[in-house]
Parts: sequence; structure tokens; C-alpha cells
Amino acid sequence: MARDAIRFWRNGQPIEVSGFHPRTTLLDYLRLQERRVGTKEGCAEGDCGACTVALGRVRGGRVHYEPINACILLLGQIDGAELVTIEDLAKSGELHPVQSSMVAHHGSQCGFCTPGIVMSLFTLYQEAERPLDRERINDALAGNLCRCTGYRPIVEAALDACASAPHDAFSQANETTARSLDELTDGQDIFIGSDTCFFAAPASEASLAALYAQHPDATLVAGCTDVGLWITKGMVELEKIIWLGRVAGLDWIEDSADTLTIGATVTHTQAFASLGSIDRDLSELMRRFGSAQVRASGTVGGNIANGSPIGDLAPALIALGSTLELCQGENTRVIPLDNFFIAYREQDRRPGEFVRRIAVPKLKAHETFRAYKVSKRFDEDISAVMGAFKFMLDGRRVAEARVAFGGMAGIPKRATETEAALVGVSLDDPSSWGEAMAAIARDYQPLGDHRASAAYRATVARNLVFKALSETASGETRATRIIGQREALEAAE
Amino acid sequence: MDAETLRHVRKPLPHDSGPKHVQGVAQYIDDIREPEGTLHVAVGQAPKARGRLVSLDVSAVRNAPGVIAVLTVADIPGKNDVSPAFGDDPLFVDSEISFLGQAVFAVVATSRDIARRAVKKAVMEIESETPSITVEDALARGETVLPDYSYGRGDADAAIATAPHKLEGQFRIGGQEHFYLEGQVAFAIPGEDGDVHVYSSTQHPTEVQHVVARVLDIPDSYVTCETRRMGGGFGGKESQATQWAVTAALAARITGRPCKIRLDRDDDFLLTGKRHDFRCDWRVGFDDEGRIQGYGVDLLARCGYSADLSAGVVDRAMFHADNAYWMPAVHISSKRLKTNTVSNTAFRGFGGPQGMLAIEHVMDQIAWATGRDPLDVRYANFYRGAENLTPYGMEVEEPDTLHNLVRTLEETSNYRIRREEIAAFNASSPIMKRGIALTPVKFGISFTLTHMNQAGALVHVYQDGSVHLNHGGTEMGQGLYIKVAQVVAEEFGIGMERVRITATTTAKVPNTSPTAASSGSDLNGMAAKIAAGTIKKRMIAYASEAYSVPEDQIEFRDERVFIGNESIPFDELAKKCILARVQLSEAGHYKTPKITWDRAKGTGRPFFYFAYGAACSEVIVDTLTGENKLLRTDILHDVGRSLNPAIDVGQIEGGFVQGMGWLTTEELVFSKEGHLLTHAPSTYKIPVASDVPADFRVALYPNANREETIYRSKAVGEPPLMLANSVFCALADAIHSLDPSKPVPLNAPATPEAVLRACESLRGRPMG
Repeated sequence: MARDAIRFWRNGQPIEVSGFHPRTTLLDYLRLQERRVGTKEGCAEGDCGACTVALGRVRGGRVHYEPINACILLLGQIDGAELVTIEDLAKSGELHPVQSSMVAHHGSQCGFCTPGIVMSLFTLYQEAERPLDRERINDALAGNLCRCTGYRPIVEAALDACASAPHDAFSQANETTARSLDELTDGQDIFIGSDTCFFAAPASEASLAALYAQHPDATLVAGCTDVGLWITKGMVELEKIIWLGRVAGLDWIEDSADTLTIGATVTHTQAFASLGSIDRDLSELMRRFGSAQVRASGTVGGNIANGSPIGDLAPALIALGSTLELCQGENTRVIPLDNFFIAYREQDRRPGEFVRRIAVPKLKAHETFRAYKVSKRFDEDISAVMGAFKFMLDGRRVAEARVAFGGMAGIPKRATETEAALVGVSLDDPSSWGEAMAAIARDYQPLGDHRASAAYRATVARNLVFKALSETASGETRATRIIGQREALEAAE
Repeated sequence: MDAETLRHVRKPLPHDSGPKHVQGVAQYIDDIREPEGTLHVAVGQAPKARGRLVSLDVSAVRNAPGVIAVLTVADIPGKNDVSPAFGDDPLFVDSEISFLGQAVFAVVATSRDIARRAVKKAVMEIESETPSITVEDALARGETVLPDYSYGRGDADAAIATAPHKLEGQFRIGGQEHFYLEGQVAFAIPGEDGDVHVYSSTQHPTEVQHVVARVLDIPDSYVTCETRRMGGGFGGKESQATQWAVTAALAARITGRPCKIRLDRDDDFLLTGKRHDFRCDWRVGFDDEGRIQGYGVDLLARCGYSADLSAGVVDRAMFHADNAYWMPAVHISSKRLKTNTVSNTAFRGFGGPQGMLAIEHVMDQIAWATGRDPLDVRYANFYRGAENLTPYGMEVEEPDTLHNLVRTLEETSNYRIRREEIAAFNASSPIMKRGIALTPVKFGISFTLTHMNQAGALVHVYQDGSVHLNHGGTEMGQGLYIKVAQVVAEEFGIGMERVRITATTTAKVPNTSPTAASSGSDLNGMAAKIAAGTIKKRMIAYASEAYSVPEDQIEFRDERVFIGNESIPFDELAKKCILARVQLSEAGHYKTPKITWDRAKGTGRPFFYFAYGAACSEVIVDTLTGENKLLRTDILHDVGRSLNPAIDVGQIEGGFVQGMGWLTTEELVFSKEGHLLTHAPSTYKIPVASDVPADFRVALYPNANREETIYRSKAVGEPPLMLANSVFCALADAIHSLDPSKPVPLNAPATPEAVLRACESLRGRPMG
């Protein structure tokens, strides 16, 4: 028997909500139903952060708070979580340390972005290791646009508020909240609505397979960071939504000696450390993936299944030689990730089939990896060109190469001509690199769009081949990178 | 009076709404609890950029469940015109379609979601024509929104021709979306006898009132417009909040129910104007020292489909075409080009930034041509001594201020030493290149439309000694309300908590100017001081008589009134005054002195004074990708004697970062069909926290305003935006190191693509 309501924790109380339309966003629930209007809508597409709220979920025995864009999160997705909004921070008239620091440092001007910024900083306050530096705060704020202040006072407010370990009502109540959230957790499927219009959250792979087989026209949602925009911007009349977030077994990371296996519903935040341990460039790529809010909702599996032509992560995973496991009812198949992308917005996914997990081979001793995300803005931007390189070295020669690019074709795609031209290239002889650099032009005929012209993409891709080779040759990145220098990341480790 | 005796003015008090902002309880229009039965409005948009609307079928829209009304041009009781001045902005398309997205009709429904979905059901038949999108399209068609305008001094062309050196070029400057975080929103509640109360997120409540009355065909006195706060304005809500307020008011009139409209962010991008983009065709003649002998510039502004505020915007670009530099012979001309795009409008700086960036680009060109340090070229051209007349004939009365300010910044920023260090770095770094630039700002303060330089304030003192403060200025985050409250608290010698700041409304202070042109605190601060001062005089007159103490021995401070040898609490005197039938309410009015401007002759004193500043920025560029980063910025800025240094520093930092976005990552891309492709934050990139330099040093230049402004302060809203010119020039400087024999063909914004394009050009392998 499925549950026909979601349950979440709010202000020390369990809340049950049922009978809502599957498309209802958390933001609309807050503003139109709860009539708590402190949370703002700035863009309704998860890019400005004005709607940021915190969701607390239990991991490893304690509640962890993550920032979430309420505008593109479905109400149903907060099942089992603690929901904290801007109205909940001040206790009996006393401002939360993050709030009072924001006032003291003149961190607000027009104030419209402020609730979202305070909520992002609230999660930072709860979660971040001390001491905090400016870079860590910038990362936490990458998904919060402020048009007035120039951010300097906000960053200083954060440095001040997070100077010492968290000590507030939430940190003090962490254990009891964790117990309360555990009590909300059950193994029941959720099904709210009718056969023609529903929000469903199956609790097991078997339930999911059965439900999806019965409704192959339903939309599968993991983090909803993309589907959310179909609703708020595309005005798509989604009537059947299956949320994967409660399916047991899909949210696991398996870390073996030579492979990292990531379940379909593992969020970018959860995968960050494991993927990052494969290579520093992957870690840097993950840091720049979306924003803290997007990483907390969005999943690695969803980023792939969604089939974006750029999909920052896909080129890197293709270059690493990843494979994809797909499930349809009881049937399972495994394909190379590069084969999954067929054409623009078209993937090798059959009706009723879903992405189960991704296996990413780890680097071997003689292998090196380099990834480059080139975008208009360093943080929270989609790349104009995303290039990833895996070189298998034989001494100072490239024995084999796997190269993949995003933004250069209708899909994330391997550069097979370039790969061939790289074989045998000497790292010590830059004059031997020219053929590989030229080969890029045979691999891709990029299009121009609002992110970049075709000429820019072609030039950058060629230059990235040079950059990857010269960094591999020198083992250094200080002279070739503005941000994400590997030496800096190494020092931080 | 100075800082020692002042108790509120000059103090770094936090924004009055700060504690409310951080708790989410500061109320914006969409947060107002709607009365039962409130309806929601969405706008139906033209799918083509130019052509004729042959037919409009809204029957399917009307029949959609939840739709209460559909409004078209036929439903307008008065004039179909929401323009600020020139009568060329229809509320709804009648037959001529002028840009893609233009409002054709509106749907009124029981929910916003229903209204947004219903607009898609309309069927439009359109005879479309090829639109004009670019400056070149408009030039080819010869279409403008207003007549060309020019002025100058001497024979610029002859001076250039006879100069030892001459250069000419074409420089493009991109536009900018305001991206106020709170999108356009309005809420109208119908009253009796056809009157209406409109809550509007506007910088110009009086204009909203006036235009609502015009469109509804009712007297101005039937319309009240109220604005407590905006979630950002930046000029984008000066004239272009009006259309949405009018739409809500019309819907309220037709349905008899409260009606709200809040634009979706994408629609806000598509339906509201932006900073004008310019093509600047320039020519300059100069001597061996880089001193300008003649300068000519044609400022070709892309205005969009209608005039809106383009008269003033382009005039201000012309007023700042000199920035801080003396030009013996000069000719400045302008065209206001008409394109089939949304009508460009006010944006912080109001054209000034474009005119100023063009001459800064020319300074760099002269430096590259002469091999001199760009800062030395700037020094050589500063206004000085008798060489102090602007091209429009206004005297620069304190030329030494800027000179001294720049000298100070040159030293505190270590400009010379860092330039040497950068040269050494670049010599040993083939891929990464650094650059540095120090650029000045001289910005004219006053509306160039003289009559707009006036303001009103309304102050009441109640019997308990609490003070109600109202004025015509609006709060968009800039801290105007707290600054004016500081002035009033100072005047009465009372604590800030006694001064109740109230929402701007046309019912209390009428006939106001927009909160724009950086003038908010200059004008409203003065009006409030006059109002409070008048009440205070009456209280003094009463006390003098009642206590038989001379008026000059009565003083207001520390919550008390000192009358000769005794003192009483402020509230006690207030109560006594009321019992003695003394009026404790006053409307103050202020008008800026000294200003004159004869546009026909192109001469006069359009500005009360100038605000100055300078910034030194250092960048690093990846010459393989064009990616770049601002490493350090030093700013020294002249706010006169600050009313509130914390608020002023906030304006400086925020303005600088906004300007940096304009010149680097913010790019408006239109398709040739006229569709704006960068129409949301996913594709239009304003600065985020990591874009701000880790080393960011901001200081105020101690310099009392020589004019009698409110406590000798200077306006601060717009001037700091142009400090970001230093970032653009530093990027050009970094690129220049690739081949110092060549000029840098860099246009604004300097996106990674634009930067790489310039790098490849200097390397002699132009990018396709």
C-alpha cells in the first residue's frame, strides 16, 4: 500500500501534505500555500539563488544541511527532509549569527537576493570545515547573484559569522532532529494523484521498474534541475512524474581498486569527493559544476540521462572510458558512455528504460588526465567548450589517447581523428603536436550560438590540445592556468 | 558643522531595512497579502520583430478555464501610450509590430500559472518584414527615433589634419541588462468612482500615476502610486516600470478586482529595455606627448524601437565624451538609431559610461601609438589651469581635484612599480599575460533636463515626538531612505528610532522627479532638511516666546531641547506646541541652483558639480582561451563629505562590480530575426562572488563639495560604475604585451571570445 502524502519536518513539527499537483514547485508551495513569502523568486530557473532554502537530511547519523533552489524543486522531493526557510533562522527575536553578521557588514542593499544568500550561508555555517577562506565562501555563493553590493561585504559577513564552529539552535538540535527524520523514513512507495496525473516516489528498484513499465510516458526526475525548467519556462504540461530520490540502491557509490561506480541518484555533492579523488582536474570540474544548490539537487546520472549537448561532466567521463548500466524491468545492459549519445537530444535509451549506474575507471599509473572548462564566466556557467584528455603514456610518448569534447557538436563526442593523431606524439617535441592540433578541425564542425562563435570554439579546442600536451610534458599548470592550478589543489590536499 | 558635532550624519549606519532583509520580512510588492479575488495578469507577445498585425484571435484564450478577461487595444479607455515623453510606446500593439516580444494583449486569470499558460493559445496573423537589428541595419534604412544632434568647439577636423599624429577607428560598446533581482511587478486595487491605488516597483511613482491616468482617461488625482522599496532598479524601473503598472491598473478597471502582474524573468529580459549599445566612430590628432589637438566622435546609439529616454541618455554620452580631458578642438555628434528591438532605456550612468569608455579607449590608442605609458598620456590631457572648458562650454571649476586624486591613487596603488613587475612577468610568460590600467572618472551631477532638478518632502512631528518622514525619492537598495532619515534626525536632534521612514506615495509628495541621475539624496535630503528646518523654526519661535529666551539660545540635541538654562525632552516640546496650536507638519521643496542648459546652442552649465574618482586594476589573461581574471583593484572616490560612508562604499563597490560585468561577461546576443538569445541568468552572466578581486581596496577621497549640497556631500549612485573602465583598459594592456607595435582591436564587452580574438589578431592569425 503506497503512501498518498509526503512528510517532512518543519520548525520542530512533522508536516504532511497530500493532494498536490505533481508539478507544484517547493517555491510555489511556500509562497502561495504556506504564504511564507520570505523566499523570493528571482529567475525561476535555478540560476540566481534568490529562492534558496535549506534541506536537512540524515547522513552518517547526523543531519546535513544543503542549499536548494526552491524554484525548480518539486514539492514532493522534500519528503523525508527537514525544510528550513529564511523565516526559521531568527529565534525569539534574536537574529541568527549569519543574519546579524550580514547586517553588521552592510551585506544587503536592495535585499531581494538576501534571503537566498542568508540561506546559502546558513548551510555553509552548518557544514563547512573551519577555518574558512574566501575561496570556499565564493564557492558557496556561486549560485547566488547579487546585483547591488559587489559581494565584498557578503563574503566578509560570512568570514565573520563562520569564524568558529557552528553553535545555533540547529546545530544544538542536530541529534534530536536526526531521530525525528529517521522516524519519517519508511520503505513505502509514495503515490499521490491518479493514474493520469500523479507524483510517485517508489522506494525500491522493483517498484520503480514496475511503475515505469506501467507508465512509460511518465517523466523520470532525479534532481529536477533540468525538468524544473520544462515546468517553469517551457510550460510543459507534465502530468506523470516519477521521482527517483527514494529508490533504495540507486544512491550508492562503490569504490573499488580500479573503478568508481556511481548510482543514478547520487548527487554531484555526494559524488564530489569520490570523483575528485580520481584526478584533481575532475575535482576542479566538479567544483565549477553549476552551483552549490545545483550540485546538491542534480545527480550524476541525471546529467547524463538528460543528454545535454554540453553536459560538462559527460566529456570528462567519456575520456575516462566510463560505462553506463541501463535497466528496463528485469533487463540490464551495459554500454560505453560514448555510445549513449546518438544525436542532439537523442540518447540510446529505450521506452521504460532508466539509467541505473555509471562506472568510471580510475587512472592507472601511466595514465594522465586533463580537463578544461572554458566559459564566459568561471563560476556557475555552462561551458562554451569543454575538453577532456586521457593520455596513456609510454615513457615520454603518448601511446594512446582518449579525447572528448562538449560544446563542439550536438552531443558530447570523442575526437577520434585527434586521438589517432596523438598516438606516438613526443611530449618533449612540441613540433610533433601540430598534427593533433590540426586534427580537431576534422573531428568537429562546431556551431556558433549565444555562448560562442564557431571560430572561437574551433580555436579554443585546438589550443586546448596544445595546453593538455604542454601541461602533461611539464607536469606543471602554473604557467598555463588562471584558476584550478593543479599545484594549488595538491597543496590543499 | 562637521563630524565632531554631528550625531547621525556621516555615521556608517546600516541600511534601515537590513534586519528585515536578512529575515525575509522586508515586503516587496509580490509579498503583499492579496485581497480575496485578486486576479493575475500575463502578457501576450508578438512573435515577430517587425510587421503588421493582420488579425488577433483570442477566443481560445478567453475560453481557457480560469481566464476572466482578455485585454486588447480595444479595451483602452484613454490613450494607447505608456511612453515617458514622446508618445511612441503603445501599451498594446494596434497594428504595427516594432519588436519581438512586444505586448499585443494581456490575459487576466485567477492564477498566474493559468494566465501564463493561456497567453499561448492566441492566434496571430502577421505580415512580417525584415527587421533592423544592428546599428548598421538602422544606418542602412536611415531610421532614427529622434533627430541627430551635435556640438563642438573650433574646427576639429582641421586640428586633426594639422596635428603631428592622427588616428581613427571604430569602437563598439555592448549594452547591458539591468538584472535587478526583483523583476518588474505591479499590483492595482480599484477603489470608488473609478480611482485606483497602484503598488509599483518603480523609480518614478509620479510618472506611473500620470500614465495610468492617461491610459484610463481619469484625472491624475484619481490615481495613487505607492512604492515602499524595489528589489533593485539601476535605471530599469525609471520609465519602464510604467507599462506593467498600467497593465495592472487597466485590468483592475476592466474586472473591478485587484490585479497583479509580475513578469517572468525571461519575459523581463525580452520586454524591457537595456543599456544602449554604441558604435563610436572616432578620430584624433595629437602631438608627440600624446596631447590631444583635435577629437571627433560620432556616437551611434542603438535605441531600439522608440525614443523612451534616449534623448537624455545620448546627450549624457555626449556630455561625457571628454571625460577628464581638455580638447582644444572637438566635435561630438550623435545619432539615435531605431532598431526593431526592445526600447533601450536608463541604466546607471545613463549614457555617460559609453561616452567615457570611448575616450578612454582613444587614450590607450594614443599611448600605443606614441609608446608612452597610458597613464602619462592621461595626465598630459587632464583639464588644468585655463584649459578647463568642456566641449559644451561648462567650466571645470576644480580641475586640481582630479589631478590630485589620481596622483594619490598612483602612489597608493604602486602603479609604477607594478607596471615594471608586470612587464618582467610578461617577458617570461608566453601564455599568461598580465595588464594594468589606471583610469579616471569625472561625472556630471544633475538631470540635464533642468526642470527635473527639484524634490519635495513631507515631515510630520506627532505629539509623542515621533516623526513621520516622506519624500519623493524611492528606495531601490541604494540607502536613500536611511540617508534622508539621518538628515531629519540630525535636524531635530533626536534618535534615529524616532524617525519613521514611510513608503513613497504620490498622495503625500506630488509631482516628483524619478529617483535617478544619482540625485536622490542631493534633492530629497535637501527637501527633507527644509521641511524639518521649517518645523523646527516654529518650535523655536514658540519656545522662545513661552520661555522668554532668545531664539539663538535654543538648541535641539540628544533627544532634548535646550532652552536657555533649562532643557525639556523633545516630545514634551512637541506636545506643548500642539497645545499652542503650532503647525508641526511641513512640505519642503528644493530646487538645484546655478544650472542652465541651452540645448539648441549646445552650451551652458548642465551640471551643478562633478563627482570624481579613479581606479587602478590589474588583470591576467590566458592567451590560449581568452579567459581572464581581475586580480586587484584600488579605488579612490570622491563623495564629497559623506552622509553615510558605509552606504557610499557600498555604492562604490557595487557600481564598480556592475560596471565590470558590463565590460567583461555580460553579453546581449540578438539573432538576426530579433530574438534576444541571452534572456536569462543561465545565458546572461552577471558577476558572481569569485569575479570580485580578492584584493579590493576602496577609499573615500576627503574633499568637501565646493557647492552647497546636503552637508557638502556628493552624489554617488552612478559615477563608480565607470571606475570599471580600468578593467577593460587593463585587459587591453595585457593583450598589448603580445605585440607592443600594434593597437589592440578589443571591443566591449571583453568576453573570453573577444579577448582571444584580439590576441589572435596581434599574433597575426585572425580568428575566422
